[in-house]
Order: sequence, then structure tokens, then C-alpha cells
Amino acid sequence: MNLVLDPVAAIGRLVINIVAMLGELAVFTATALLGLVRPPFYVRNFGRALLDIGFFSLPVVALTAVFTGMVLALQSYVGFSKFDSSSVIASVVVLSLTRELGPVLAGLMVAGRAGSAMAAEIGTMRVTDQIDALSTLATNPMRYLVTPRLLAGLIALPLLVAVADVLGVAGGFLVSTARLGFDPTAYLQDTLTSLSRIDVISGLVKAAVFGFIIALMGCFHGYRSRGGAQGVGGATTSAVVSASILILALDYVLTQAFFTP
Amino acid sequence: MSTDVEPKIRVRGLKKSFGTKRVLDGVDLDVMPGTGMVVIGGSGTGKSVLLKCILGMITPDAGEIFIDGENLLTIKPRRARELREQIGMLFQNGALFDSRSVWENVAFGLLARGRVNRTEARAVAAKVLAQVGLDASVGDLSPSELSGGMQKRVALARAIAAEPSIMFFDEPTTGLDPIMGAVIDGLIIDCVKRLGSTSIAITHDMASAGRIGDRIAMLLDGKIIWEGAAASVMDSGNPMVDQFVHGRSEGPIRMALRK
Repeated sequence: MNLVLDPVAAIGRLVINIVAMLGELAVFTATALLGLVRPPFYVRNFGRALLDIGFFSLPVVALTAVFTGMVLALQSYVGFSKFDSSSVIASVVVLSLTRELGPVLAGLMVAGRAGSAMAAEIGTMRVTDQIDALSTLATNPMRYLVTPRLLAGLIALPLLVAVADVLGVAGGFLVSTARLGFDPTAYLQDTLTSLSRIDVISGLVKAAVFGFIIALMGCFHGYRSRGGAQGVGGATTSAVVSASILILALDYVLTQAFFTP
Repeated sequence: MSTDVEPKIRVRGLKKSFGTKRVLDGVDLDVMPGTGMVVIGGSGTGKSVLLKCILGMITPDAGEIFIDGENLLTIKPRRARELREQIGMLFQNGALFDSRSVWENVAFGLLARGRVNRTEARAVAAKVLAQVGLDASVGDLSPSELSGGMQKRVALARAIAAEPSIMFFDEPTTGLDPIMGAVIDGLIIDCVKRLGSTSIAITHDMASAGRIGDRIAMLLDGKIIWEGAAASVMDSGNPMVDQFVHGRSEGPIRMALRK
């Protein structure tokens, strides 16, 4: 009897929990977004979040981009040299970076760096009653903590990805000219001719979506964390894992939206 | 108590369950203006939940909560927020904002209400810190650099900075040594007297309860089982209150060690 019903009950519980959490997330997002149009606006918090997510992520995103560009050049040289079409390398590097690797890798790095920090900070504020304290001091914690971070994520990631695109191409350029012996002028020429506006724009739109997702997951999991150090640790893990998976899944959805006729 | 004076805070039939656990099971409580009510009760009896319901951080399942005669649960949210803004709260562990300096913590509520600008806020913070016996130089420190007793003072300063007409104290002396506990109680009494505030404190420290309360109510199994003048709590004649205030392990209250 129980052997039959227990698994069914477990599945039911799981489904109910997932649906409840999705509902909670929807309300959370709507509440935070409402803060964008209704005062008070916490400009200082927005500035701090922009620094945290954007500026302080620059080194790690820059390194990721440079090495990715270098590896791309090297790998595609190894692959394409068999077909004697080495001039494709410039185009492979710039298109993969602007369309896919720039936003996805920057997103994953920022999720690990800034998303986790957000979840830990807000989670600690939750378990030490600081969020409740905000609401007793005439401050709406959603607008004070969450809204500025969501906006900062939305704005910071495209800026980071723009930098990553340039540095990634520079990395590819470096390897192609210094190591593989390509002509620098021809390489840059190839890069520019193979690049069209939609490549860059689609990458930046993806970045904006990913930035929003990273901040949303960091804030959401931090905000609902419970039960001390362990709860905060769990919230941090959930924030990074869910943001990473959503980035990869949404990347597919957005690619399909942009590039299929 | 005269009957024609309306209670500042009135709670009727308040119920709240978490899952299958019934935490509040019909709480009735009246707090008259300018008086201090202390709610005593064992750990985990829902004392904090009661305060959080009044503060609007937890939505009760049933019941009524009145402040100044207006039911917070049925009036417009904006009006409920206005009424709740007159409440100052001292959290159990201080709940100071660790990313802000001490003076920013103290002036936080004033800045949020736009009553002062940042330059004025510093001066106000220094004044309020002096009221809790702290030097203005403490204002530049970070909360993590302070001892437990000093953090409690800063938290009290933050709670009173906006001169609230209602004050909540969540276990104000927990985690402090008896002397520091008495000092904090003294500060609480000073602040409440000076502002003429109505207060609710929750505690299981009987020495503290006797000092800061005019009246004492005991919460057990989600209900107020006894309420009376603070002076009469030690010989209330209620066997459960007796057991609690004298700290006996044997008696009508069976501690659920494991559920």
C-alpha cells in the first residue's frame, strides 16, 4: 500500500513545492520591479551594486575573455588547417565570442562572483533580522536591497560583455599573429567583414538578460534563506546553480529567437 | 484601569500556525497608552511571532490587531504602514546593519523618513548615542567592533531615534551579563519614560520583566493564560505562572523536550 502511494506522494509534494516557489519568485520579481517606477529610489545602493557586479568583476571577466579568444584561435587553426582555410579563424573567433561565449562565460563568471556574494549578504541580513529591522525603520527592504541590484545586474553585464568582446578578439589576434604567423592587417580585416550588427546586439541583449537573472537569483535565494549559517550557505549554492542553469537554458532560447528565421 | 481610555494596542483572537504547529491560538492582549507590557513565556511559545504579527512581518491566520483603535488587518495597507511607523523595535541580537557605521545605523530611520539630511543626521546620532550612554566617537566605528552590551545600546539608540510612540523589545537582556542587563533595562525605562511611549517587551528574564513592565502577561500554548500587575507576578496564585517565575522543573507545565 505505502509502497505504491509513498512515491506518488513524494512526487506530488515536489510538484507542489516547485509550483509554490515559482509563484513566490513571480511575486518577488514583480514587487522588485515595481520599485523601479515608484520612489523612493536608492541611488547609493544602485551605485554600490553597479561597482560590485560590474567594476569588480572586470579582472575575472577580462582574463576569461582573453584566454577564451586565444584558445579559440588556436583550436580553430588546428581544425581548419586541415582544409586549408585558415582565414576563417578571425571570423570564428569574433562570431563565437560576440554571439555566445562573451555573454555566457561572462554570465557564468559573474554568477559565481557577484551572484554568490549577493545571496550571502542578503541571506546573512535575513538570518540576523537585519531585513526585518529595515522594515521597522520606514524602509521597504525589497526596494532598498533588491531593486537596485536587479537594475545594476541588467546594466553591468552588457558593459562587461562589451569589454569581453574586445578583449577576446584581442586574445585571438595575439595568438594568430604572434604564434600562428598571420598578417595582422588581414586578420583585422577578416574580423570586421565577418561581423554584423546583429552579432553584437544579440550578445548584449543576452548579457542584459543574464545580468538580470544573476541578480534575481542572488537576491531571491538570499531573501528566503532560513536557519543560520547553513541556510545562508545553501542559499549561496542555490543562487549560483540556478543562475548558471538559467543562463545556459535562456542562451538557447535567445539564440533561437535571434538567429532562426 | 479606567474603561473609557482606549488601549493603544489591542489584540483579539490572534491565531497563527506554521504547518501543523499552532503557535498562536487566540491571543487577546490590551496595552494601555503610556504603559509597559511584558509578555513572558518559555522559549518557542510564540512571543516573537506575536510581535512580528503586530509589525506586519507575519500575516496571522485569524484575529484582529488594533493600533489607536484601527484594525491593521482590514484598513488600507498604506494607513496600516503609517500606524506601524510609530513602532520602534529593539531586536534580540541587535540586528545592526554591519555594512554601515554606528552613526548611520542610529540615524537610519530618520534619513529614511527624510526628516534630516546627512549632515544633520550625524549630530542627531551623537545626541541619541549620548542618551544611551555612548560617546559620539563610537559613531564612526563599525557595529562589529563593539561588544555585545554596546551593540545593544546602539540598537536601542537606533530604535528610539525617531522618538516612536510605541516600543517593542525582543528579549532585551538575553546574552548580557546581569549587570549589563540591568543597565540596559535602566536605559529602556529612561527612554520609554522620556518619550511617554507604550511598550511591549518579551522576555523570560524575570528580573528584567519586573523592572521594565507595569503589567505582565504570560503566554503558554498560544494563549495568554494570566495577566496582571507586574508586582503581583511572584504570588499570582496561578500554578503555571508560579512554576515559570520560580523556575521549577516540576509543575503543571510539561516541557516538551522532544516532539
